[in-house]
Amino acid sequence: MSDTKAQFRPDDHDAEHFIMTTVVGSYPKPKWLNRARELAADDEAAFDDGDLQEASDDAARLITREHERAGLDVVVDGEMRRNEMVEYFAHRIEGYEFNGPVKVWGHNYFDKPSVVDEVEYDEQWLVEEYEFTASIAERPVKVPITGPYTLANWSFNEAYQDDEALTYDLADLVNEEIEKLVDAGARYIQIDEPALATTPDDHAIVGQALERIVADVPDDVRIGLHVCYGDYSRIYPEILEFPVDEFDLELANGDYDQLDVFKDPAFTADLALGVTDAHVADVESVAQIERNIEKGLEVVLPEQLVVSPDCGVKLLPRDVAYGKLENMVTAARNVERKLDAGELDAVVQQASPADD
Amino acid sequence: MTDYVSTVTGLAPLPDWAKDELSELKGHQKHDLIDGTEGQEIRSRYDEARAAVIDHQQSVGLDRIVEGQLRWDDMLAHPLSLADGVETRGIVRYFDNNNFYREPVITDALEASDDLATEFEPFADTVDAERRQVVLPGPHTLAELATDEYYGDNASLLAGVTDLLVDELDSLDAFETLLLLDPALATDPPADGHDERVSQATDRLAGATDADVIVHSYWGPLEEKTYAHLLDADIDAVGFDFVTEQDQNLYNLQEYGCTDDIFLGLVDSQNTLVEEPEAIRERVDWVFDRLPVADFETAYLAPNTETFYLPYSTCEAKLETLAEAATLAEVRAA
Repeated sequence: MSDTKAQFRPDDHDAEHFIMTTVVGSYPKPKWLNRARELAADDEAAFDDGDLQEASDDAARLITREHERAGLDVVVDGEMRRNEMVEYFAHRIEGYEFNGPVKVWGHNYFDKPSVVDEVEYDEQWLVEEYEFTASIAERPVKVPITGPYTLANWSFNEAYQDDEALTYDLADLVNEEIEKLVDAGARYIQIDEPALATTPDDHAIVGQALERIVADVPDDVRIGLHVCYGDYSRIYPEILEFPVDEFDLELANGDYDQLDVFKDPAFTADLALGVTDAHVADVESVAQIERNIEKGLEVVLPEQLVVSPDCGVKLLPRDVAYGKLENMVTAARNVERKLDAGELDAVVQQASPADD
Repeated sequence: MTDYVSTVTGLAPLPDWAKDELSELKGHQKHDLIDGTEGQEIRSRYDEARAAVIDHQQSVGLDRIVEGQLRWDDMLAHPLSLADGVETRGIVRYFDNNNFYREPVITDALEASDDLATEFEPFADTVDAERRQVVLPGPHTLAELATDEYYGDNASLLAGVTDLLVDELDSLDAFETLLLLDPALATDPPADGHDERVSQATDRLAGATDADVIVHSYWGPLEEKTYAHLLDADIDAVGFDFVTEQDQNLYNLQEYGCTDDIFLGLVDSQNTLVEEPEAIRERVDWVFDRLPVADFETAYLAPNTETFYLPYSTCEAKLETLAEAATLAEVRAA
């Protein structure tokens, strides 16, 4: 169990138990922000980078507030400044170049970058984003950052012997960025490694990369790892060796069919459990989300539990995304009350280590 | 003397302008994908894109030309997506890639839509028959990409998709080469007993055309048994992905021999690094030098996988490399 969670407990939290509520990161962008980006890219439009900066600040302020309004304990700006989770970083790292869009599915493309030279740290990635959000937020701010394995795996590798070598060099850059974020005051960093879901056998590479990422990061900084839906039995229990405080897992999507994977051996880290489905555009009821949260208590003790949507919610309609967050927070508070009243002792008992 | 033939694997990337215009016209969601009922405006954009892709292949001097399968939104599952008896449902992962296709669920007897003919016609109008190459999924791969709620067992499902492919082939006019892409032979090898059926299904498909038939698998080597069974089918060439794997491919070739022709996947279609033609020729030599006998009638030089993983301009550059490599190989052989 990690001791980095208590620092995020709000002063006015009135339950004895604390199930921290947060998000994975991305959130639907207001349409006007996309329009503003198009305008800024159009040389003929009277709309420059300064105007786009102002629009991005406004959007970040808006979504951070939206997260606070939903009642989240830890907020994000919804990644309003990021166009895509690999492209955004590749544009800021020396050694990358772009050759044009490639297909993901249907007519959804991304500018998959090519690593053509040794990667080097250039301009800051997220420090300005964090500083802005922290300056306007009334709640603690989490910083999601794409992990080095995904940055390597979702790029064309022209320069390195293999993706493993590239991953480790990128991990050193992530470490440099995290040090800057910590200097700027960040206390909660989430490494996103969706690529691990497609190639789970590479978990040892992700583990090695994480060792580099957390080198010299103070112990009170909370480090999470988000891994999207996949065959979790292929990475568990090995991931428990990773130097992170929390694993953020996508389980609502499969209706918790893989929950048992995490019961044996005991889940020793904190569990950030996905309790609303990020790929279904219906808002789950509070009662449904409560049942989902209680699934988490079959795996970990209440002190180890954090809840969030399964994944980034940027593809949902905005009102649906908001509805999910609002119901999730209400559900978490309800479960805390049940825990305080001793109504869930039987469930919690299952997650207690045998030698307790 | 070996005849070196430069060719491609199909499922090409759309030119960037066509990506923009077609996504604008069609939309980005799963119900916006091709179902064979698209209107004239979308058709004509595809016609223009196809013409551009064909023109480029001809201009760099490839020996075999493909139509490009630019409409195949669901990649190798496309023939199922359009067939009668199939419902397309959610978006599912395409092999171990960061790519997705609509899950084709077979709910009734499969029936061909003859949609392939609509792509073949403009292709045949611009490319001579002796340079035409048609690309289809191999029967095992097509069966593996499907979710079966109708046939009930592997044997019937395989027979169903093979019938479908045979019917689609029937609708096409003359062409020189049929390339069956069958990556599932490597990624999800047929189980004992089923491997023989897969070989027979391939044989049946090969028998349905007068063209030379190539079966190419990738993302790893074939297991020995799968390879041995594949050689039982009456096909002209087996394909090898020498980008992903060398040793086991060589072992299979050394141990079990090969068809009279060979198809070599030597250009990496999942990396933007553009190979030099000389490097491709050296890879050919590297393979042939390690075989006890290398007197193939035809050696096809090709990318190792479909090419839609590449940015358009990179794909063009790689095809140029291939065309030149085949010429170099011929000069050297002479």
